[in-house]
This record gives sequence, C-alpha cells and structure tokens, in this order.
Amino acid sequence: MKRLIIAAATIAIGTLAVSAQGADPIAARKASMKTVGEQTGAGARMARGQAPFDLAQARAIFAAYEQSAATYANLFPDGSQTGGETAALPTIWANRAAFNAAVAKWGADARTEGAKVTDLATFQAAFGEVTKNCGSCHETYRARRN
Amino acid sequence: MIRRLVMGLAILGVAGGAVFWWLTMPSRLAPAALAGPAPNAEHGRLVFAAAGCASCHVTEGQTDRTRMGGGHGLKSPFGTFYAPNISPHPERGIGRWSEADFANAMLKGVSPSGEHYYPAFPYTSYQRMTVGDVRDLFAYMKTLPVDPTANRPHDLPFPFTVRRGLGLWKLAFLDGQPFRPDPSKSAAWNRGAYLVEGPGHCAECHSPRAFTGAITADRRFAGGPNPEGAGWVPNITPHRDGIASWSEDDIASYLADGFTPSGDSAGGAMASVIRNTAQLSNDDRAAMAAYLKALPAREGRAPPRR
Repeated sequence: MKRLIIAAATIAIGTLAVSAQGADPIAARKASMKTVGEQTGAGARMARGQAPFDLAQARAIFAAYEQSAATYANLFPDGSQTGGETAALPTIWANRAAFNAAVAKWGADARTEGAKVTDLATFQAAFGEVTKNCGSCHETYRARRN
Repeated sequence: MIRRLVMGLAILGVAGGAVFWWLTMPSRLAPAALAGPAPNAEHGRLVFAAAGCASCHVTEGQTDRTRMGGGHGLKSPFGTFYAPNISPHPERGIGRWSEADFANAMLKGVSPSGEHYYPAFPYTSYQRMTVGDVRDLFAYMKTLPVDPTANRPHDLPFPFTVRRGLGLWKLAFLDGQPFRPDPSKSAAWNRGAYLVEGPGHCAECHSPRAFTGAITADRRFAGGPNPEGAGWVPNITPHRDGIASWSEDDIASYLADGFTPSGDSAGGAMASVIRNTAQLSNDDRAAMAAYLKALPAREGRAPPRR
C-alpha cells in the first residue's frame, strides 16, 4: 500500500512537472525557435553551397517556418515578460499588434515563397526573402546578443 | 595678505585656463594631406557600407538607407547622443562642407567651426582610414538625397556639455595614428585589419569601456553587457566564449547573410551592421574574418547562458 502511494505520488509529481513545462511559454517559445534555428542552419548551408541542395529538405524548412509561425505569437502571454533568461524585449508587449503582424508576415512569406521552390536558384531567392523576417524581428524584439 | 592671496589665486586661475585652452585646442589636418587623384564616388559607396554610416545616421522611422537625416539615439552612461543630419542639405546637413571639413571630422573628430565631436561618432576608429577612402566617401555622400530633418541636441548633463573638455579626452585616448600595414602578415590579414579597426569600427561596440568612456585595451573585442540597454555584445576574439568554434568561412558568410553556424540570425544593432557588410565584396568579408580569427583570444565577462 505504502509503495503504491509512493508510486502514485511519483507519477502525479512527474505529470505535474511535465504539464508545468508544457504551460511554460518561455520554454515553449525557446523550443520553437530552436527548431527554426536548426532548419535555418540547414537552409543557410544549402543556400551558401556548403551543403548539397535537397528539394525535400528545402520544402521542409518552409513548412517548419509556417508551423512555428502559426502559434509563435501566442507564446508571449502577459506575465511571461521576464524569467527563464528570456531575451524577449518589453517592446513585444508594448506593440502587441505590430509583433503579431510581424510573426504572421513571416508565416505568410514562408507559405508564398516556399511554394516557388523548385531548384537551388529558386530556393536561394525564397530563403533570402523569408529570412529577412528573422533579422527585422530580432532587431526590434530581441535583446542584443549576436 | 588676503589681497595677495586673491591675486595669487586669480593668476593661477588665468594661467590654468590658458593651459586648459592650449591643451584642448582642436588639431587639424595639414591642407597638403588631402592631395591626390580625383575622388572616386563609386568606390565611396563601398567605403560608406564598410564604415556603417547608415546604421546611425539614417533618417529615423524610415527604411531608405541613403537618406542621412539622422535622429537615431545612441544611449551611453554619459547621456544620449543623437546622430546628426549628414545628408547634403545646405543648412541642416553637410551640403556646404569642404572636403577638408569632412576629412577633419572623420580623422580628427573636429567640426568645420573647430568644435570637438563627441567620440560617440567613432573617429577613434575612423582616424585609421586612408585619406583616399575619406575623400571617396565624401564624393559619394554628396550624391545622396537631401534630407531636411532638423538636428536633435544631445541629451547630456553638465560637465559633458562642455565640448572643449573633449580636447583633454582626445589627448589621452586619440593617438592620431593612421593604419600601418604589417609587412610580416598576409595581404588578406592587412586588408581585414584595416576594415575591422578603421571604417568597420567593430571594437567600438564589441569592447567594454572604462569609466572614462575609453575602450579597455586588454579586453578589446572581448564583448560585454550592452551599454545601450538590455542584452549582450558578444566576444569576437577566438576565445571559447567568442568565435573559437567559428571557421573563417562561418564569419565571412555571417557578414553576408547574418546566419550564425547554429542557424540563429543577427539581431539588435548587428542586424543593421549585416545590411552594411552584405554590400562588401567576398574578399573583403573573408579578410575581416581572417583578421578576427588571428586576434589573440581574450577572455571577457562571462556571457549569459542561452
């Protein structure tokens, strides 16, 4: 019986911890950007000619952008301005509509530009266009770090 | 006795004032320094990109990077400096400046009327530039659109409002030396050294500063907390906290497209810097990378965890 209670408690605590992590918007947005970064790193290597061009991989990059962009703006609720070593700037909350629009533009660009990709040249053009969104958002909404 | 003391103090005061005046006199280029072939405005366009003029002087609130109406605020521990209008506007910009006026601003930090500029204008780096590059840059800047934006006064407390005092700062921290190539190093290293230390003025943001506002020499390029607010300016020496894991190709590519090896993208003020370096030649970006990788690895303050 005692064992059972301990086991149940352990599972309960574990479940709580997992759901708490799921509800942690700072961790969630970091995870989302980590995926985006991995995709962008792969895309940059192909665009630069450091890696061979792969059409399926190229399309997956834009799909991943679109997927992240669909929920990304929701990961900045009130109360998540600080903590978790976030680099998000208060500008996000002060200019909520502009921030949401910037994220939406990124997703829309990924869909439109991604559809144009057939070979390396069209990929370079599309990747360059969509990733302009990276710099413009990070310039305004993220604390300096690179 | 009292009268003598007052007299003595008055004499000391006048003498001190005269010494201060003499020490803080602005130094100018000799007119002969500007001799040379006709300037090349097309090359000046590249110098304009290398020197990052648009990053601070672009007219606030619009995106045309050839409109140099100024207005960008540069925060510092001394106060906020507002970049002035450097478009060819006759009154508000530099439309009436002579080539000598422009060269004295860039290489000596002195205005046409003989005032010292604040080193927020990075003449501590620009002083390394060749006279030829400065003349080409001026020829290019005269072709840019005229912008009527009025200059915003700097937001500084006393005594930093006394520009004459900057003469003392310059005596201590402005060596007046042009870039000198090192013949024992490769042509690429020398080109990179010139671009990074001169027009590129990379050290101005990527180095910590002492209370005097001067760069801490033994931590040059080692980064530190962002002096302008939230965030961090990274170490760009080949230290493990810096660019030890980056190849020269990683750096040169980053200066072209803004992507780090891990797929992150340049943010903050660096996003604008990339828009400048993207306009340089591949050779110039590779040269900057070669120079940065050859810097001594310097430890800076520990960067924040990601």
